[in-house]
Amino acid sequence: MIEFRNVTKRFPDGTLAVENFSLVLPSHKATVFVGSSGSGKTTLLRMINRMIDPTEGSILINGEDIADVDPVLLRRRIGYVLQATGLLPHRKVVDNIASVPRLNGVPKRKARLDAITLLDTVGLDRNLAERYPDQLSGGQQQRVGVARALASDPDILLMDEPFGAVDPIVRAELQEELNRLQRELGKTTVFVTHDIDEAFVIADQVVILRNGGVIAQVGSPADILATPADDFVASFIGADRGKRTLYIQHREGDSAPLIVDSDGRPAGVLGTEQ
Amino acid sequence: MQFFLDAFRWLLDPANYASGGLNPLPIQDRVGEHLLYTVVAVAVAAVIALPLGFYIGHTGRGRQFVIGFTGAMRALPTLGLLMALFVIVGATVPFTQAAFIASIIALVILAIPSILAGAYAGIESVDRQTIDAGRAMGMTELQVLTQIEIPLSLPLIIGGIRASALQVIATAVIASYISLGGLGTIISSGIGLNDNDRILGGAILVTLLALVVDGMFALAQRLTRRRGTAGVRRKKIDVREQPLGLVAVAAPSAHEGKN
Repeated sequence: MIEFRNVTKRFPDGTLAVENFSLVLPSHKATVFVGSSGSGKTTLLRMINRMIDPTEGSILINGEDIADVDPVLLRRRIGYVLQATGLLPHRKVVDNIASVPRLNGVPKRKARLDAITLLDTVGLDRNLAERYPDQLSGGQQQRVGVARALASDPDILLMDEPFGAVDPIVRAELQEELNRLQRELGKTTVFVTHDIDEAFVIADQVVILRNGGVIAQVGSPADILATPADDFVASFIGADRGKRTLYIQHREGDSAPLIVDSDGRPAGVLGTEQ
Repeated sequence: MQFFLDAFRWLLDPANYASGGLNPLPIQDRVGEHLLYTVVAVAVAAVIALPLGFYIGHTGRGRQFVIGFTGAMRALPTLGLLMALFVIVGATVPFTQAAFIASIIALVILAIPSILAGAYAGIESVDRQTIDAGRAMGMTELQVLTQIEIPLSLPLIIGGIRASALQVIATAVIASYISLGGLGTIISSGIGLNDNDRILGGAILVTLLALVVDGMFALAQRLTRRRGTAGVRRKKIDVREQPLGLVAVAAPSAHEGKN
């Protein structure tokens, strides 16, 4: 469990990134911070592994105040995935994945063997182990990034817009893959994105942020879709433009009722039961 | 043209390599001395400048000061510095040692700016996001430096040492002004004897030595130029599996894709 208690972050240049932020992120669930730029979502994420220290307030992991933990040791037990450039370009895929275990003192041979197994976990071919990151596609690089974050088997996984740089098709694949991993591994995942649809796909708990790290609404995707807290949330998720409302349309001769959006464009058909 | 032919004839004359020849002969001894001065001066300069350069590149502290300072050091006339140091050092240690120490100090001061610049510019050139990733993984600052910054900037670091080695080889000639050995003695004895073959022969030797050393450093830079290091274009193809010619052709167009 990760707990933010009255956390404020003011940067040296005076920018107030986050103000008096309090929230509990439940264990083994995926929490997604979503907001536009300036909403402080990345700042919140980076405070969890002390890449940024809060100006005021405290952050607790399983009840332990992380301000008392050596940042280097803290980071080694938290997986961190960031955009494609996060891989070390001079190390092979297998060595990239083995990085954190190596820092933790795992012998090289064992760390590399474990790294190869992790390639299977994230759905990559073992043949890629000896490649360098720039020989991989964007989607493959991201999978390596996830494998690296999982390598020391951390309880917490931080993901900072990890799929921002890949094309929509690969992105959908990666999101699905992440959901599968989440079901299998049950990590406490914190995910940052500006894409509300991505948030709905991944999250158990969605946190919609306004400017300056102010919470607009916290809830499951279903809660937020069904009852947006205010106009800001409604506009953020597109409900105010009718984007989230679908209608049933009955037509002569169709085997199942059609689902259409507010413009009357077909979005699917109505199933009988899930 | 005749000058050069005569100079080469002098260089190729086996008598000039026979042991027991009158100073400044035999030639190979002078080459050995010249290399010794160069190696000692560059090594001492590297011991001073590399850690300092790494510190500046890693922390970004003291950058302005060092740029100004090394710029001023570059403007120092090495010959004047040498004479001054010779007098100062000569006041405390015996004559022969004083010449060596004064020369090495002068050459070290000459060598420091390039090595320093290569080191901090190299470290600064490393992608900030890669460094951030290293830190986020739980690397200590020292691990970030040794496992990310230095490996990724090695070609630039070696480039700085390469430039300083060349400067030192070219400048070590002046050591003969304070009666030290090296290739300078061949040239100055040639001037004394009004022997053009010697003067030009000595100059050619200095040039050859510089070219050989430069070539060796170029090779070292090539070998350390790994993936992701500064100055390497990103390529999709695996260099090791391609014939050299193809890589050369493919390289300019290989910048697209990625990110």
